[in-house]
Amino acid sequence: MKAAVLVFPGSNCDRDLAVAFRQAGFQVDMVWHKDTSLPDGVDIVGVPGGFSFGDYLRCGAIAARSPIVAALTSHVEKGGFAIGICNGFQVLLETGLLPGALMRNAGLKFICKPITLQVATSNSDFTQGYNSGTTVTYPVAHHDGNYQATDDIRKALSGEDRIAFRYSDPLNGSVDDIAGILSENRRVLGLMPHPERAADAALGLTDGVAMFRSLAGAVVDA
Amino acid sequence: MADPDITKDQIAAHGFTPDEYAEVLNILGRTPTFTEFGIFSAMWNEHCSYKSSKKWLRTLPTEGTQVICGPGENAGIVDIGDGQCVVFKMESHNHPSYIEPYQGAATGVGGILRDVFTMGARPIAAMNALSFGETAHPKTKRLVSGVVEGIGGYGNAFGVPTVGGEVRFHAAYNGNCLVNAFAAGLADADKIFYSAASGIGMPVVYLGAKTGRDGVGGATMASAEFDDTIEEKRPTVQVGDPFTEKRLMEACLELMKTGAVISIQDMGAAGLTCSAVEMGDKGGLGVKLNLDAVPQREPNMTAYEMMLSESQERMLMVLDPSKEAVAKAVFDKWDLDFAIVGETLEDDRFLVMHGGDVMADLPLSKLSSTAPEYDRPWIETPKAPEYQHEADVIGIDPIDALKALIGSPNHARKHWVWEQYDAQVMADTVQAPGAGAGLVRVHGTQKTLAFTSDVTPRYVAANPFEGGKQAVAEAFRNLSASGAKPLATTDNMNFGNPEKPEIMGQFVGAIKGIGAACIALDMPIVSGNVSLYNETDGSGILPTPTIGAVGLIENPDDMIKGIAQEGDVAILIGETHGHLGQSALLAEAFGRETGDAPTVDLAAERRNGDFLRASAPLINAATDLADGGLALAAFEMAEAADIGITLEQSDIAQLFAEDQARYLVACTTEHAEKLTAAAVQADVPIAHIGRFGGDTITFGASSAAKTDLSSLFQNAFAKALT
Repeated sequence: MKAAVLVFPGSNCDRDLAVAFRQAGFQVDMVWHKDTSLPDGVDIVGVPGGFSFGDYLRCGAIAARSPIVAALTSHVEKGGFAIGICNGFQVLLETGLLPGALMRNAGLKFICKPITLQVATSNSDFTQGYNSGTTVTYPVAHHDGNYQATDDIRKALSGEDRIAFRYSDPLNGSVDDIAGILSENRRVLGLMPHPERAADAALGLTDGVAMFRSLAGAVVDA
Repeated sequence: MADPDITKDQIAAHGFTPDEYAEVLNILGRTPTFTEFGIFSAMWNEHCSYKSSKKWLRTLPTEGTQVICGPGENAGIVDIGDGQCVVFKMESHNHPSYIEPYQGAATGVGGILRDVFTMGARPIAAMNALSFGETAHPKTKRLVSGVVEGIGGYGNAFGVPTVGGEVRFHAAYNGNCLVNAFAAGLADADKIFYSAASGIGMPVVYLGAKTGRDGVGGATMASAEFDDTIEEKRPTVQVGDPFTEKRLMEACLELMKTGAVISIQDMGAAGLTCSAVEMGDKGGLGVKLNLDAVPQREPNMTAYEMMLSESQERMLMVLDPSKEAVAKAVFDKWDLDFAIVGETLEDDRFLVMHGGDVMADLPLSKLSSTAPEYDRPWIETPKAPEYQHEADVIGIDPIDALKALIGSPNHARKHWVWEQYDAQVMADTVQAPGAGAGLVRVHGTQKTLAFTSDVTPRYVAANPFEGGKQAVAEAFRNLSASGAKPLATTDNMNFGNPEKPEIMGQFVGAIKGIGAACIALDMPIVSGNVSLYNETDGSGILPTPTIGAVGLIENPDDMIKGIAQEGDVAILIGETHGHLGQSALLAEAFGRETGDAPTVDLAAERRNGDFLRASAPLINAATDLADGGLALAAFEMAEAADIGITLEQSDIAQLFAEDQARYLVACTTEHAEKLTAAAVQADVPIAHIGRFGGDTITFGASSAAKTDLSSLFQNAFAKALT
């Protein structure tokens, strides 16, 4: 059971994500953005939160052109799992592995607080540990989490049951209150809230544990 | 380009008094070059030399068994057991933030983070203490939003959780806001890095962002009063780049592990000048710099400009020449500019070369050791008259009084501010902002560090000595109320013009008070910063000695972090005498700032705080009583738990007094009995004063629905600021 966490200059949730993977039983390698291949036998690639390349140009845009991204793309094309959290979600959109774009929050301010999310589908290896329609609490911490997509993409996402999480209350202007989405093969998840910050009883929030556990289960089954 | 002549105007513009400049001539035995003149002005200004404050700072207690390194280095270092230590400091960026709030505040955060990781510590927590003018003042909204965004913009991107701080508003800050930034880092006690250079002929290496013209003269600007030419000073404010800072930190920490770093100093105020002199002076060596090798952002910079530039995100280090290849690999990995810009010299000499010419050739040790030091005349602040209870104050309905407090931006909930800061990055934040102390777990251990920042400027203005004591005592209480044993303190002294004897008297009084409290509470000062000349057109700020303090919780069982439960007994620890002088009640409900500050009984503080910590297993929730007294503390504790509270007391003086050394505690009926018995044993005053539960806030016969008060408390800040 192996996870790889990508590290870009400016990533700052890389360690946090690695800790959450390890707690769920994964062996974790940190992979530098200038590398051109993933370690052998990686089951899931984590693209962490932070401010890759300072969020300069456009959040995630420069990271999406890093040498390691070709290896990430080929891993995903082969049916491998990937999760992008916060800045990692922005990176996955910029690589084209997920559709849509993230704009500046509607209120124009950075937002950091625990929020409630509705689990919009339990039909994925990321969310099968939750019941569809129930709510979970994860923290958010972002300036650019306002998800936008064309009508075609919105139709596809909702028609194919690929909206993973919705904000329970409007937060940042996201269309349809979308907080996280799945790829067509349901093996890539991108989301703005931080499940890795909700995976430790000592810190007060534990709703994220189920996501990492169910991923571990999926990898063992696969 | 020919250097300007050193005229009388130049001398004044560089912040020299005629006597100080005469001393420069005396040291050199000749007229300085313009670059030398700039170097002297940078080293001798108030900001770098502490010339007005040094005499008094020396009187502060700085030692203790827990102290590994006290003031004088980039930050203070305190032992937290198991070979680990916490490295911390608080520093002001007041003047730049008033001129350009976003960048001023951002680079304030950048500077303090650099101070911490320069010593080999990874930053794990940040706080900031902010003082602004009245919310109705035309500049305030813009300053608040710019400063808060700047702090978030830098700290969030860098990746350090902001876990605490203060925000206050008062007309005395209309012309000068205060931005005090705190950072703490974690290091192994045997892997600390210092600034003292060692070895002769060792390479001096420049690392980080390129040098530009930004910030030239910044330290001198920060050592002067403001007047109506303030807008012209905007170019002296530096611009921050948190992305470069993050890479700089990762590169430095990685490099330190290789053993290549002999000594290291960040470039803060007066950039290359201060850092090079500091390294040479501490190591008893000379330094030669070759400015042609300095990475430059703009063409045709003069030696003077390079030596005085305050471009951010730069480091100077002395490296082990045998490890040059290792060092280069680390810098390349992080895509950082680096260059060998000089070497250490055996002689006491500061030699600066540019284009093959000698631009400065100064006796290095004279730059700091002979910096002027003043024993400024001071007069003791006159004793304020004791507050005499006034009929309208005593007669106010206690719920109306509470509403006046929680409806003011000073006491309303400040989530508008802290939700713009990432409080959880690094995934070790146990207690985010909004409580008395921020709590951060020491990664991979059972230990937790507690952080708080406190001062009540009204008290300090009325009574500098008691106000100074109170700031430390409140920090002690905030740490104690989280279960943390207070360890040590950093002080950020913000005052007006020290050349005025009454201002200097405030400074001296506050220092004496802080010193007395730090001794009594065993919280030595390990680092600090002084910001003087916080005046505009001759009008000064309230004296604001911000105290940042750090405590340690060794075991999670010792932590006090919960919320009050339905049916819990409300218990008051400590004595209430009914002191209303300089209280929040007078200020917010009546617009009066009268009377004396409360007296701080340091022995009672120590006794009550020690008792509270020892009682942690019996306690569901605890908070210290500060401004706003029992009434505000009771409301806030009920609000945090989303339940009501009923206090038997309805007497205004009892509810809103700001007597010190007090805590409010929630515990079960069964534990309340045990706690009371233990308090009697320990000679700690204790009283059952009411009960948590229900859905009203009730003080005797006065009552209000909690939801109504909540809504006021939650919304008042945003309403006043937007």
